[in-house]
Amino acid sequence: MFQMNRGKGVRMKPAFMWKLWLLLCVSVFALGGCAASSAVDQAKNENQNDSSSAGKEGDVVKVGILHSLSGTMAISEVSLRDAELMAIEEINASGGLLSKKIEPVVEDGASDWPTFAEKAKKLLQKDQVAAIFGGWTSASRKAMLPVVEQNHGLLWYPVQYEGMESSPNIFYTGATTNQQIVPAVSWLLKNRGKTFFLLGSDYVFPRTANKIIKAQLKAEGGQVVGEEYTPLGHTDYSTIISKIKQVKPAVVFNTLNGDSNVAFFKQLKDAGITPKDVTVMSVSIAEEEIRGIGPDVLAGHLAVWNYFQTTDTPENKAFVQKYKEKYGQDRVTDDPIEAAYTAVHLWAEAVKKAGSFDVDQVKKAAAGLEYKAPEGTVKIDGETQHLWKTVRIGEIQADGQFKELWNSGQPVKPDPYLKSYPWAKGLSE
Amino acid sequence: MFIDQLFNGLSVGSILLLIAIGLAITFGLMGVINMAHGELMMVGAYTTYVIQQWFTSHMPHSAGLYFVAAIPLSFLAAALLGWGLEKSLIRHLYRRPLDSLLATWGISLILQQTARLIFGAPNVAVVPPSWLDGGIRLFGAVFPYKRLFILCLVLAIVFFLYMYLMKTRAGRRIQAVTMNRSMAACLGIATQKVDAYSFAIGSGLAGVAGCALTLLGPIGPTIGTYYIVDAFMVVILGGVGKLAGTLLGAFGIGLISTFVEYSTSATIAKVIVFVLIIAFLQWKPSGLLSVRTRSLD
Repeated sequence: MFQMNRGKGVRMKPAFMWKLWLLLCVSVFALGGCAASSAVDQAKNENQNDSSSAGKEGDVVKVGILHSLSGTMAISEVSLRDAELMAIEEINASGGLLSKKIEPVVEDGASDWPTFAEKAKKLLQKDQVAAIFGGWTSASRKAMLPVVEQNHGLLWYPVQYEGMESSPNIFYTGATTNQQIVPAVSWLLKNRGKTFFLLGSDYVFPRTANKIIKAQLKAEGGQVVGEEYTPLGHTDYSTIISKIKQVKPAVVFNTLNGDSNVAFFKQLKDAGITPKDVTVMSVSIAEEEIRGIGPDVLAGHLAVWNYFQTTDTPENKAFVQKYKEKYGQDRVTDDPIEAAYTAVHLWAEAVKKAGSFDVDQVKKAAAGLEYKAPEGTVKIDGETQHLWKTVRIGEIQADGQFKELWNSGQPVKPDPYLKSYPWAKGLSE
Repeated sequence: MFIDQLFNGLSVGSILLLIAIGLAITFGLMGVINMAHGELMMVGAYTTYVIQQWFTSHMPHSAGLYFVAAIPLSFLAAALLGWGLEKSLIRHLYRRPLDSLLATWGISLILQQTARLIFGAPNVAVVPPSWLDGGIRLFGAVFPYKRLFILCLVLAIVFFLYMYLMKTRAGRRIQAVTMNRSMAACLGIATQKVDAYSFAIGSGLAGVAGCALTLLGPIGPTIGTYYIVDAFMVVILGGVGKLAGTLLGAFGIGLISTFVEYSTSATIAKVIVFVLIIAFLQWKPSGLLSVRTRSLD
């Protein structure tokens, strides 16, 4: 039974054990790294055989794909990379662009905003890519913005965002506020009631969005009965749900981001609040997120986007089928995935029309360009470099898909600074 | 409304206690700054997910029962992992708190990445058993069954842990080793064995916490990071080395933060609670209940 106390004698061994452990750790990390970058290698290897010459020379043209493939944002951004690689493959299969093959250079932004800036610089200066497709969070876009402007590059950003921006070197293929939030608020006022409870994560997008919503409600006769922000990653919503119960709003306008949604919806259901009592309208829950939250707690609540997997167009049928065949039947498509896929095709169309990869000529050719995307026809607005998009409001079904309740009928002109809305005066300052 | 908030406070307190109780053993009693505690919870959560998948595919008629099996199995999975970690790494790091901090943080990253490789980066969904849906209506307030269940679960855990530490031989050995290691060793207690199973128990309790939290929160590779700070906060406030302090700390923070949040907002409540804790620790650096052992003197 007697055991030696941890004295000096036994200390020798740990030094050796440490080295073993270090070795193990390093090898595990290396393995993890390999798996994560295997897609990158795959993409590289596919075109490695033709040449190592940089940029636009030879018979390949390089484009950059810059998303977070590791870290917290990998949840969402990996699918965007997949959609973009699929679009590139399609273009290459139909003969490439200006008789050149597109070679994707995939980089990992690692959910870290300075890394996005650094990798964008590398793609533009070292690889001399003709365009970059990338980003998800507004923070990553804002990190890349000065880099693409200084190096006169071209960035295609595929996610809905808070507006109030239009860089000459960025094309925005996701919705701006007047194609998502503003029409949703009008629809809710008409169909669900006048009292709004605003709930969001505590960072720039929800705060900007709620500023707009408050101005709009004031102008259109609605009323804000509560406004709450929770830190990112917050997991207990019992108190906020008590507040919701107390003020009994007609609508909860939800701009929570990420995992907080899971906690909020699970706890809302437990508190006995059903979609019949309160409508929850979300702007960052798409098909991909529904899978992680569980359709059982979300069924009956609403979301507003420009595209659903169930959107009924022939282009979408082909797109969904191809995506599932390539990446697995259990995968789903959603709005940002579609916008990323469309971005690549729009760029290709603009290049074809311009007859050149030059940024200025591509930009000129892109103005007014129309394309039949899975979400329906979209058009590039030359002035703001945003897209004309159709707005859709959908109800979440028990199978995790959306049933469309309303759409705008035709594409809505993008208005990132909300200039055409008198009530929005003073918001853009 | 007051009853509602009182219940919410108790519920938040019970969740804090649940996530902190494992850490109260590994950090509080054993002194290991275990940054991988959150990831041990993640192991419990994923175990619950796997068991649910198994139940829905093999015995769909009694799929709701998966949760009953999930609690002990998440304990076992996390305890086994914790035991392995102690044997291979942690035991070389006792009395080197900074090294243990870095090493366990490294482990937490490895575990997160491993979860990503196995289950993918997106969250997975665990459908709570239907017998926990809904709640009781009393005095105009709704008490969700899931929150009541967690409250009862955590009280049961505290009761059994107390009985174990006070009334069994194995438990008393743990106490002896934490109070005075050399003396315990001289009296014939196999201290290394005690270390290994104490760490395993602490890890196992983290696994149970992960399992129970699938009822309320997300299940993904990074969930551990959401809870780790709160867990340390509770243990430190309660007084390192005192389980009763952890209990007081958890319910204290739970009640204060819900009432502050009700009259302000979630972000401000978090700030105020942190400020209160820091101020309290300035006044009483050893926490609510201080330990009187020779090893810490």
